[in-house]
Amino acid sequence: MAFDLALALPEILLLVGACALMLVDLRLPGEDRRASFYIAQAILLACAGGTLFVLAGTAGQTTYAFNKLFVADVMSHLLKLAAYGAVSAALVYSRQYLLDRGLLRGEFLSLLLFALLGMMVMMSANSFLTVYLGLELLSLCLYAMVALNRDSAASTEAAMKYFVLGALASGLLLYGMSMIYGATGTLTITEVARHIGPLARDGTQHPFLVFGLVFMVCGLAFKLGVVPFHMWIPDVYHGAPTAVTLVIGTAPKLAAFAMAMRLLVNGLLDLAHDWQQMLVILSVLSMALGNITAIAQTNLKRMLAYSTIAHMGFMLLGLLSGVVGGNWLNAADAYAAAMFYTLVYVLMSVGSFGVLLFLSRKGFECENLDDLKGLNKRNPWYAFVVLLLMFSLAGVPPTVGFYAKLAVLSAAVNAGQIWLAVVAVVFSLVGAYYYLRIVKLMYFDEPKDDAAAAPSFDTQSFGARLLLSANGIALLVLGLLPQGLMSLCFVAIKSL
Amino acid sequence: MLLSLAIWVPIFAGLLVLACGDDRKAELQRTLAFVGALGGFLVTIPLWAGFSNATAAMQFVENLSWIPRFNIRYHLGVDGISMLFILLNSFITPLVVIAGWTVIEKRVGQYMGAFLIMSGLLNGVFSALDGMLFYVFFEATLIPMFIIIGVWGGANRVYAAVKFFLYTFFGSVLMLVSLLYLYNKSGGSFEIMDWWKLPLPLDTQHWLFFGLLFAFAVKVPMWPVHTWLPDAHVEAPTGGSVVLAAIMLKLGAYGFVRFTLPILPDASRGLAWLMIALSLIAVVYIGLVALVQTDMKKLIAYSSISHMGFVTLGFFIFNAYGVEGALIQMISHGFISAAMFFCVGVMYDRMHSRNIADYGGVVNTMPKFASLMMLFAMANCGLPATSGFVGEFMVIMGAMKANFWLAFAAATTLVFGAAYTLWMYKRVIFGAVANEHVAELTDLNKREFLVLGLLAAAVLFMGIYPLPFTEVMHASVNDLLRHVAIPKH
Repeated sequence: MAFDLALALPEILLLVGACALMLVDLRLPGEDRRASFYIAQAILLACAGGTLFVLAGTAGQTTYAFNKLFVADVMSHLLKLAAYGAVSAALVYSRQYLLDRGLLRGEFLSLLLFALLGMMVMMSANSFLTVYLGLELLSLCLYAMVALNRDSAASTEAAMKYFVLGALASGLLLYGMSMIYGATGTLTITEVARHIGPLARDGTQHPFLVFGLVFMVCGLAFKLGVVPFHMWIPDVYHGAPTAVTLVIGTAPKLAAFAMAMRLLVNGLLDLAHDWQQMLVILSVLSMALGNITAIAQTNLKRMLAYSTIAHMGFMLLGLLSGVVGGNWLNAADAYAAAMFYTLVYVLMSVGSFGVLLFLSRKGFECENLDDLKGLNKRNPWYAFVVLLLMFSLAGVPPTVGFYAKLAVLSAAVNAGQIWLAVVAVVFSLVGAYYYLRIVKLMYFDEPKDDAAAAPSFDTQSFGARLLLSANGIALLVLGLLPQGLMSLCFVAIKSL
Repeated sequence: MLLSLAIWVPIFAGLLVLACGDDRKAELQRTLAFVGALGGFLVTIPLWAGFSNATAAMQFVENLSWIPRFNIRYHLGVDGISMLFILLNSFITPLVVIAGWTVIEKRVGQYMGAFLIMSGLLNGVFSALDGMLFYVFFEATLIPMFIIIGVWGGANRVYAAVKFFLYTFFGSVLMLVSLLYLYNKSGGSFEIMDWWKLPLPLDTQHWLFFGLLFAFAVKVPMWPVHTWLPDAHVEAPTGGSVVLAAIMLKLGAYGFVRFTLPILPDASRGLAWLMIALSLIAVVYIGLVALVQTDMKKLIAYSSISHMGFVTLGFFIFNAYGVEGALIQMISHGFISAAMFFCVGVMYDRMHSRNIADYGGVVNTMPKFASLMMLFAMANCGLPATSGFVGEFMVIMGAMKANFWLAFAAATTLVFGAAYTLWMYKRVIFGAVANEHVAELTDLNKREFLVLGLLAAAVLFMGIYPLPFTEVMHASVNDLLRHVAIPKH
C-alpha cells in the first residue's frame, strides 16, 4: 500500500499544493500575486520532480496501483511532464494579460492546478471510473475558468455552451462505458482488454460491443474536438479570455490523447477494426471542415480554433493506422506518430496563443488578423518567431510541424491508407493558405497607423519574452533534430 | 565535408547578417553578405577541381545518420549531373548580392540574409542523396523566396507570393506521399540510390510518376501549370527573379533526372509521349505567347518557360545527346536568364518601368549596357558561340535521332526565340531617343558592369569551349541512361 501511494506522488503533491495555495493566497500581500504565481510554479516543479522520481523508482516498468485503478507507465510520465511544461508556460505567458484585466486571482491559479490534476488522473487511468473522474475534474475546472471574467457576456455564453455540450458528451461516454461494462463485467481497462477478445469474435456479442463503442468514441471525439463534435471549440476559444483559451487549447489535448490511448488502444484494441473506421470519418471531416472554415475567419482566436480541429483530425490519422487486417506489427509506430503529433501541436499551440497574449494589453485585445499587420517593422524578432510558428503549423520543413505530419502520413501509408494520406496533404495545402496569410500580414503589410492598436511587447517581463523566443526556436531546433522526441514517444508507446 | 560547407557557409553567413540588426547597420550587413556569398562560392571550387570525370559514382560523399527513427540520413554527394548546379548556384549568389547593393534600401539585412540562406538550401537540394533530406531542402527554399517576393516585390507582390507558394506547395505535398510510398515499398529506406534498384509494378510506377510529376512540373514549370511563373517573376525584385530563373526552375528538371527517370523507367518510357507533347507545347505555344508581351520581365519569364520546355524534351527522348543537351541548356539558361533579368533590373532601377513602350533608343545614352545586352539577347536566341547554342543544338540533334518531326517542331524555337528576343531588343534599345526619361539615362556603373561582365564571360566561354562542361557529365549521363533502359517490372 505504501508503494501504491508513492506511485501517485505527483498527483498527491499537486493536490496538496493546490489546496495549500488556495488557502495561502488569501493571506498573501501584493496586488500582483507575485508570491502565489511563484508558489504555483514551484508546485509544478515539484510535480515534475515527483514524476521523475516515480519514473526512476519503477525503472520505466508499467506498474499498477490501487487495485489497478491507476497505472504508472512511461507514456503517462511523458505526457505529464509535457503537461507541466504547457501549464507552466501558460502561467508565464498569461500573467501580464491577467493582471491588466484584474483576473489574476487565486481562483485562476487553483482552478488551473486542479484542472492539471484532472489531466494527470486521466493520463494514469486504468479504469473507466478513473478516466471519468479525471475527465470531470478537468472539465469542471475549465467551465469555471471560461466564465472567469464574469462581466463579459461572451465569456458567460461560451461557458454555458461548453458546460451543456460537455455534460452531454460525458453522458455519452458514460453510457458507452456502461455497455462495455455490461458485456465484459469489469471496469478495469486491462481486464476489459483480456475479456473482450473472445467477445469481439462472437457474432451475437459483437454488435453490443460496437454499440457501446460508438458512444465512447463520441465522448472522446468531443474532448478532442473533432467534427462533428467540434461545435463548442470556436465559441469557447473565442469567448474565453485569451489566457484561458491558451489553457484549453494546449494541455487538455494531451489528456484527451491519453484518454484515447487508454480507452481505445489499452482497452478495446480487439475492436480496432470498428473504431478505426469511425476515426477515418472523424479525421477526414475534421481536416476538411477545420481547414476550409479557418480560411473564412477574421478573428485570430476563431481561426486557431478551426486550426485545432484540423490538427486533431490529422493526429487521428496516426491513431487509425495502427492495426491493419488484425495485424499490429506497425501499431507502435503509428501510435507513437500520433503522440509525437500531439506533443508538437501543443508546443506550437502554446506559442501561438502566447503571441496573442503578448500583443494584447490593457484595454486592447489582440484578436483580429489585422492586429498583426506590419509586425516585422515594429519587432522583427517576434515576427520571426510567429513566422516559425505559422510555418510549423502549416507543416513546412525545416520546422518540427513538418516531422509531425511526416510521422502520421508515414503511418497512414504504411497501413496502406494512401488515399487518406492524399486527402490529408491536400487539406494541409488548404490549411497552408491561412497560415501564410498571417505571415503576409506581418511581413508584407504596413503597420496600422493607430498607435493604440500597435502591437508591443514592452510590457512583458524579461522571462516571458525569453520563454516565447525559446518556444519559437524550439520549433526550429526540434525540426533539425527531431530524433530525440520521436524516440521518446516510441519508447512510451512500446511500454504500453 | 566540402558539400556540407557549400550548404552551411551561406546559411550561417545569412543568419549572421540577420543577427546584425536593422538598417542602421546596412553597410556592415552588405559587406558581410558579400563575404559570405564569396566564401560560399570559394568552397565550391574544389568540387570542380577535385571532380573525377571517369566515374558515375557519387563523389564527395557524406553519410551520417540523421533521424534513425525513420532511417533518414544526412547523405550528401554529387555526380556529374548535380555538381554543375552547385557551382552555378554559388556563382550566382555573389552576383545577386552585388546587384542588390544600393538598389535595396529598406530591410537590407533581411534581404541579404534571405538570399544567402536560400543559396545554402539550394545547394542542399542538389547534393541530397536521401529522399527526405531532398524534400526538406526542396520545401525549405519556399520560405525565403516567399518572403523575398512578398516584401521587396512590385505592386501586386502579395498575390504573386501566395500564388507561388501554394502552387509549389501543392506539387510538393503529392511528392511527399510518393516518397513515403517508396519508403514503405523499399522496406524503410529513403536512399535515392536504393530506390533506383527497387522493382515496381507498372501500375504503381504510373501512380508515382504522376505524384512526382506535379511537384517537378510545377517547378520547371511545364505547360499547363506554368501560370505562377510570370506573376512571380514580374513582381519579384531583380535578385529574386534571377535566382528563381537561374536556379529554382532547375530544381524541377533536376528532380526528373534524379527521381523520375531512374526510379520509374518503365513509366517514363511509357509516358514519354505525354512529356514530349507538353514540352513541345511549352516550346511553341509559350514562345508565341512571349512574342506578344508588353512587359519585359514577363517576356523573359515566358521565354524561360519555353527554354525549359527544351530541357524536359531533352530528358524524355532518352539518348545521350538529348540528356546532356538538356543539362547544358539548364546551366546556360542559368547564366542567360540571370543576365537578362539583371539587364531589365538595370533599366528598371533608372526608369521604374518594365514596359517596352516606355523605352526606345537606350543605345544612345547607355552604349556599354546596350552592347552587353546585345550579347545576352543573342545568346537567348541561341546564336552559335554563345552558351545558348550548345544546349539547343544538342537537344535538336538528339531529337533528330528519335524522330525528324520532333526535331523540326523543337527547332522552331530558334525562330520564335529570335523573334521575341530581338524584337524586344530592337524596340527597347534601338531607334531614336523615345522620351526625356531615356535621354537622362546614365550608363552602367562599375558594380553593374562587373555583374554583367562576369555573366558575359561565362556565356561566351561556355559557348566557345563547352567541353569542360560536357565531359564532366558523360559518365553520369550514360549511367542514367543505363538505368532508364532496364525494365523494372
